Amino acid sequence: MSEPKSRNLTLSQRGMNFEMLMWLFTRLSALAMYALILFGLIGALIMGARNQMNFADVMRWAFMPNVTHVQSTNVPDLAPWASIFWKLTGCALVLVAVAHGVHGLVVIADDYIKSARGRQISRLLSIVFMLLMMGIGLYIIWTS
Amino acid sequence: MGLKRNVSLMTGLRYKGQGPMLTYVLHRIGGLGMAIFITIHMLSSFLGGKGGAFVNTIYENWIFQIFIFFCVLFHAINGLRITILDLFPKLIEHSREAIWIEWAIFLPTYGIAVLAIISTALGG
Repeated sequence: MSEPKSRNLTLSQRGMNFEMLMWLFTRLSALAMYALILFGLIGALIMGARNQMNFADVMRWAFMPNVTHVQSTNVPDLAPWASIFWKLTGCALVLVAVAHGVHGLVVIADDYIKSARGRQISRLLSIVFMLLMMGIGLYIIWTS
Repeated sequence: MGLKRNVSLMTGLRYKGQGPMLTYVLHRIGGLGMAIFITIHMLSSFLGGKGGAFVNTIYENWIFQIFIFFCVLFHAINGLRITILDLFPKLIEHSREAIWIEWAIFLPTYGIAVLAIISTALGG
């Protein structure tokens, strides 16, 4: 009985640290991704995906509304699919998804890396990796 | 060594966590599968060239599509269950039932998707 039980501590003593916020972020970003994917799916159906795309193409578009994902389909006019509107939606999805995914990798790494130093290194690497993938993602969206 | 555990490997393999353990394992496989696939996919379309074209042929393959759609759909549905149970902690009483509901949603959805992928692959 050296350490106090968390139930005896006040809320501010218990938590509200970075890890707790990331735990919450993982849940909230998941909800945001459901919304964005549904948004892309509905947008594709409004733009005529029902008659011009197969199931795999619709899924590809929904999970990442980037115009290169509909280039191989029967869609006659790609202009509405390449609009600023969808580029911004794609940016939102990339930023949220990369942050969510990289944090997931850190959680997995924490199951195998126990030392404080090792966890520091894994976090540092994850931040570098996250910024890199975000940059690449945004570059692809705005140049495609 | 980070991998040092107080249980042996055989004990670990014999551990029967049942439903929750299975969803945890599949959630992790799905998350890792997506993370690896999306990283490679983004890098290949960023770098382009021959390597990018080769990677394209892999994930346009219908067998790979079945695998990656399993990763995505299971991770999404299981993640929704985790999110709901975590944001409404009272529901944790019904966590076993939540897993059954999850499978009841996942299996038909995934089944239809696999049928669509296979019929597209065979029908062109």
